[in-house]
Amino acid sequence: MRTNTATVVRAEGVHKSFGRTEVLKGIDLSVSAGEVMCLVGPSGSGKSTFLRCINRLERIDAGRLYVRDQLIGYEERDGRVHELDDAAVARQRRGIGMVFQRFNLFPHMTALQNVMEAPVQVRKESRAEAEERARSLLARVGLADRAHSYPSQLSGGQQQRVAIARALAMRPELMLFDEPTSALDPELVGEVLDVMRGLADDGMTMIVVTHEMGFAREVGDSLVFMDGGVVVESGTPADVLGSPRHGRTRSFLGKVR
Amino acid sequence: MSESTLRTTGVTKTAAVSREIEAVPVRRPGRWAASAVMAFLLVFLLQGWAANPRMQWATVGDHLFAPVVLEGLGTTLWLTAASMAIGILGGVVLAVLRMSDNPLLTRLSWLYIWVFRGTPLLVQLLFWYFLAAVVPHVGLGVPWGPTFVEFDTNRLVTQTSAALLGLGLHEAAYMAEIVRSGITSVDDGQSEASHALGMTRRQTLRRIVLPQALRIIIPPTGNQVISMLKTTSLVSVIAVPELLTSIQAIYSRNFQQIPLLTVACAWYLLAVSVLSVGQYYLERRYGRGSSRDLPPTPLQRVRGSLATRRPAPLEDR
Repeated sequence: MRTNTATVVRAEGVHKSFGRTEVLKGIDLSVSAGEVMCLVGPSGSGKSTFLRCINRLERIDAGRLYVRDQLIGYEERDGRVHELDDAAVARQRRGIGMVFQRFNLFPHMTALQNVMEAPVQVRKESRAEAEERARSLLARVGLADRAHSYPSQLSGGQQQRVAIARALAMRPELMLFDEPTSALDPELVGEVLDVMRGLADDGMTMIVVTHEMGFAREVGDSLVFMDGGVVVESGTPADVLGSPRHGRTRSFLGKVR
Repeated sequence: MSESTLRTTGVTKTAAVSREIEAVPVRRPGRWAASAVMAFLLVFLLQGWAANPRMQWATVGDHLFAPVVLEGLGTTLWLTAASMAIGILGGVVLAVLRMSDNPLLTRLSWLYIWVFRGTPLLVQLLFWYFLAAVVPHVGLGVPWGPTFVEFDTNRLVTQTSAALLGLGLHEAAYMAEIVRSGITSVDDGQSEASHALGMTRRQTLRRIVLPQALRIIIPPTGNQVISMLKTTSLVSVIAVPELLTSIQAIYSRNFQQIPLLTVACAWYLLAVSVLSVGQYYLERRYGRGSSRDLPPTPLQRVRGSLATRRPAPLEDR
């Protein structure tokens, strides 16, 4: 549900190449506050790369990418574009949470320490304050009793839920999910999707790269189908999934379902 | 009771308690023979060594705790610690430079490693020791301009500092490679997750990458420390009063080379053994989170084997 229409993410002609391979060939889209946008498409379509551009894990080569009217990775002043330094990029990333396909929890820290790390190191919260919040976040993802477990002692689904709690600990206004359930055993997918559904219900702005069409249809406010580095079509999940206009969309959806 | 009934009851009893197999093990006569030969050779050699009157065991005993020897041991130990400290610090810096985005720094680091790993340590030690011959003065000032402070190189680079420079800078080249392999072993996803949380590159290196790299870095570093402890004996060529130098000073007077070298070996062996135990516990500590259960310590293993040993079967003979 869109509670207000403020734009959180705005992409204008975003291009990205790896060497000579052009992965993104001009992406235009915008995401409003509270919107859940699902990015779908075949592998190699550029959807994960685009997601990684939003928090500047990848640098874009052309176009403009704004989060909350702030140009990502660059700064416009005196009519020129200046590249931002490490500290400034880190500051921009604070408000953007990200969840990875392979969880990427810090294996040398317990679940609780994983969640507390960024608030203490980056937001300079006191340990007591960070721990209290970390515990409540772990409870929110249903893992209050696993606070002192190391990632290697948790199942894939539990690890991904800790990863979501870790991202939420930075109080982001935007959450990016990069195929959050693709590395999970089928019976563990549900518990992660449940947490994400809860987040969407609470009004979090989310961009989700996923192959879970059921989730996209049920939770997504919009659905973008990408292929070959361009947006092929977009609209409400019901429209795109129910009556795709393009042949490529149709053939892809035919294989996924 | 007859013997046959006894045996029968014994069998039924075991079968009732558990189905454990009590098989007669395969005989391995070859193993026994080899063990006997080795044991004999060992005893023969030890006896010959111990009973040799020229070994002068009294001399060994006299010098084992001699103040000069203990002082030498002390120098060996702190030289090891200080050189390793220089080596580890230098190694981390070199590894970070080597992996930086700046091509000049990368190449400088490569050049350093090439030079210091490519020349013998003994030569490097002599090089630092004789540095004053080519650079008589070392000063602080503006290059090609005025000098503010100036030192006599012979005063600045004493035997001890030549030893520290030689051992430490050489070690840094080796440690750089060890640290680099540790850092590259950490999955890229770890840095990405850390960056995505808003941590800077510096915070990521310090809080996320290095602690995980340590697990890979520590075992070879332990070997380097043990190797360094023994390598310090090389500095006897520039007359630093460490363990071997002290020993040499004594046997140059009383000509009891082998007994005194035995004293040196005893101390080196003891020090290395202590370090090995330390390394074991350090590896265990940094293994946290890598596996579900930590391996038991040797002490726990001994306790465990005592606890699980089954009580002797109660049988009447």
